[in-house]
Amino acid sequence: MTTAIDPPVPAPPGSPGADGGEAQGANLTGWRLTVREFLKNRLAVAGVGILVFFILFAFLGPLVYHTNQEATNLLNTDAAPGNGGGPLGSDSNGFDVLGRLMLGGRTSLEIGFLAAILATVIGTLWGAVAGLLGGLIDAVMMRVVDVLLSIPFLLVVLIVAHRYGSNTWNLSIILGIFSWLVPARLIRGEVLTLRVRDFVSAARVMGGSRSRLIFRHLIPNAMGTVIVNITFQIADAILALAALGFLNFGVHYPSTDWGSQISDAQDALSNGYWWEVFPVGVCLVLVVMAFNLIGDGLRDAVDVRLRKR
Amino acid sequence: MAPLLEVENLSTHIQLSRSMVRPVENVSFHLEAGETLGLVGESGCGKSMTGLSLMGLLPPGGSLVDESSVRLAGRELVGLPDAELRKIRGNEIAMVFQDPMSSLDPTKTIGYQVAEPVRLHRGASKAEALERAAEVLALVGLPRPKERLNDYPHQLSGGLRQRVMIAIALACEPKVLIADEPTTALDVTIQAQILTLLADLKDRLRMSMILITHDMGVVAGHADRINVMYAGRIAETTETRKLFAGMRHPYTQGLLASIPRLAQDNTQRLFTVPGLPPDLSNPPAGCRFAARCTYATDKCRTDEPELVGADDEHEFACWHPVNGPLQLATTQVRETPPGEPADPAAPPRKPLLEVTELVKEFPVSGGLLQRSKRSVKAVSGVSLSLGPGQTFGLVGESGCGKTTLGRMIVGLDKPDSGTVTLEGQQIDALRGNELRRHRRDLQMMFQDPYSSLDPRMRVGAILREPLQIQGIGSSKEQLERVSDLLGEVGLPKNALERFPHEFSGGQRQRIGLARALTLNPKVIVADEPVSALDVSIRAQVLNLMKRLQASHDLSYVVISHDLAVVKYLADRIGVMYLGKMVETGGGQDIYERPVHPYTAGLLEAIPIPDPQVEARKDGGGIKGELPSPLDPPSGCRFRTRCPLAQDTCAQEEPAMRKFGDGHFAACHFPLQTPVLETVAPAGAADGSGEAPAAV
Repeated sequence: MTTAIDPPVPAPPGSPGADGGEAQGANLTGWRLTVREFLKNRLAVAGVGILVFFILFAFLGPLVYHTNQEATNLLNTDAAPGNGGGPLGSDSNGFDVLGRLMLGGRTSLEIGFLAAILATVIGTLWGAVAGLLGGLIDAVMMRVVDVLLSIPFLLVVLIVAHRYGSNTWNLSIILGIFSWLVPARLIRGEVLTLRVRDFVSAARVMGGSRSRLIFRHLIPNAMGTVIVNITFQIADAILALAALGFLNFGVHYPSTDWGSQISDAQDALSNGYWWEVFPVGVCLVLVVMAFNLIGDGLRDAVDVRLRKR
Repeated sequence: MAPLLEVENLSTHIQLSRSMVRPVENVSFHLEAGETLGLVGESGCGKSMTGLSLMGLLPPGGSLVDESSVRLAGRELVGLPDAELRKIRGNEIAMVFQDPMSSLDPTKTIGYQVAEPVRLHRGASKAEALERAAEVLALVGLPRPKERLNDYPHQLSGGLRQRVMIAIALACEPKVLIADEPTTALDVTIQAQILTLLADLKDRLRMSMILITHDMGVVAGHADRINVMYAGRIAETTETRKLFAGMRHPYTQGLLASIPRLAQDNTQRLFTVPGLPPDLSNPPAGCRFAARCTYATDKCRTDEPELVGADDEHEFACWHPVNGPLQLATTQVRETPPGEPADPAAPPRKPLLEVTELVKEFPVSGGLLQRSKRSVKAVSGVSLSLGPGQTFGLVGESGCGKTTLGRMIVGLDKPDSGTVTLEGQQIDALRGNELRRHRRDLQMMFQDPYSSLDPRMRVGAILREPLQIQGIGSSKEQLERVSDLLGEVGLPKNALERFPHEFSGGQRQRIGLARALTLNPKVIVADEPVSALDVSIRAQVLNLMKRLQASHDLSYVVISHDLAVVKYLADRIGVMYLGKMVETGGGQDIYERPVHPYTAGLLEAIPIPDPQVEARKDGGGIKGELPSPLDPPSGCRFRTRCPLAQDTCAQEEPAMRKFGDGHFAACHFPLQTPVLETVAPAGAADGSGEAPAAV
């Protein structure tokens, strides 16, 4: 807390001299404190490191390491690492595995981010509106969520993906539209506690409209929860995409994603072609783990900020 | 004979991530057997931490510094292994905490919780311990204790829970009871009951008690000796009467002088202690009070005064001791001749704000598919009127509906029936843009300075928001207006760029007041404007509110549980009980000539910071607890707790009767004789009464 000094007696209007001793050191804004707290968490920082590595790997890698990922090379299939293939060998179509990892990683990360952002935006708005309005509207909106949650997620996504799937945008939208339910519940809960706070009442007394309450007061104050949730959403979306890809509902040739890669290499293990399965599996595990570590770290850091000290 | 508890050089340090806080430094005192020692001071002065340090219950990172010594009956407690300390805690030294809502385990029965220390310390069997629990619960005045052993905490009211807490502390008959703000979370009427109970039990069980509180009124009536703490040190220590009659430390003097008194002339400014307590991670050199002290000299800022005194009985740490309490020019009571034209209690000629017959009920539960059958009757037909530049004060215990009434006046809640009229315009019927424009005239100041400002917005944005919403002025004009406002409430200009969490509670409350003023409202509803603040800060904010009222020609509706605060601010006072207005009148009328037994009981229950006044009290006050507003008593709602209640009170609801100029009360057996009435037509200009309404 600060040691700023209340002026002795209320100064006459407009008079100077109200400047007491202002505390400087403790004037960290909320987010700076969050960042400081986050940086103390080594696992979370490691998560950021892993993530940065994979983003560079997937998006900048292909600029450094050129491979042909469009034309199959049937003369050089299933080559072991360093032995005619690239550093990680080649797969059953003769694609360079390292290059393919970069391509698949790009798709997985893109879809993960887009789907998570879409889900969070829908979920946040839905939850905030339901929480603020309350009563019958809230009840109806949340029953919609309950109903959608009771439909098996993967099944619906599979059907829709089969019908509209195949490219990055479509898959992102499909995954996003079917995963906003959990954030909606989370934000509604947050808004229920926020909306009875006095600053929301104060804005209402001023005549603030509902949209102002939602966008200026409720959502900014629920932002900590939202951001933490986004990281978990990304991890979930990447895993869901991997599942879709594994079931052959992922992106189509010439594009690929990590799930499709694992699926393509199903027989490879029994033949001893480990380089077609393990690298992509490790990448998937590492990226999902990185997002979860970051999410945990953020959650703790946001909590710290919410405490008084 | 050696004292029961001897504390020497107690220093507690708490290591934080970046800094070290020293909440308690070199505190020495002693406690005789059978004595009550008061530990008073503002929040953050180290009084609670002193209590916890005695028990060895330090927060994470906390440690006692080497020379600290706590001796209980000659036995050193500092440095004892944890296993030994555990045998002492709850057995020889017990503690009662502040918040009865959170200090009981919600998943265990109260019988189990009271029996627990007996089983731990006495090795009693379950049955024996439960028997003892029933015994102790009877001792603390829990009705039908045997039947309630299997109750869970949520089934009990706040006052009863605090009794259970006391029972837990007393179960093993400790030698020392530490009561840390035992009544702060309770209503005044319950507070009086609990304090009387504690004093009574202390005598019966021959315990010693350390009473930790911020309320000078509480220690005045219930402590034998008092330690005044400031910034982690003891500023002054002596016996109660001596302290109040002849204090030597300027802080004690200021603390006492800044409390609003009932007997005070409310046209005078309150005395204030300027500034804030120091930051204990970096305490100032010299006397810690120097920065706020009017007597301070250079010596005070460099040399630290020792705790010394003329005799052992009265010690103080000050280089320039004062002599006795400030002679407040404000303490003489003004005699207002009745019928004087300037009498503030006289009804306004043309009311600015009129509230008639407001009713609000909140249905209990009721989701999508359940139908709610019962409702909380929060406000049941309340009327009041307020003239320009006037202040109406609303008092009552928590749960009496005063906050709901305030929220309906500013339009935060919609009344079920009744009207709110401002300058002839009925507010509660307005919608949309009409309503938005009229909100400019009705603003609100909130109780909790921590939740009333959006933590994500800078102060500048917070203060500009009303102007933006109402679309007033260009952004340059808005900025000018905002910095003018900051000056008016006494905050520096650079506050605009800062976030609310960088300010203290008092400063936040100033920001809240500035925000309410931004739109130049005609009426501000202030809901418990100072109850979250420390005494010395409270006086600053009250003075500011009075000054701004005069300079802006504001009308206030002040809501508070503290009759002294309301009396200081208000021209007219309304006393509410369980959703009904039971008495309205001028401040002097209410204070000197209370008519309703509830008003009289409320006045009796308020602790007065004067040991002589407190000693004269006979422990009267109001018995029992507030009945449930789900099912309020028939007839007069106060009858279940009223000493004068008779059969009529249950059958017939009393009508508002006139007892003087602008003084009305609803009671069948009033404490004063009513003035013979010339029945005024309903909703007449005086409009202050509550018309008899059948519920």
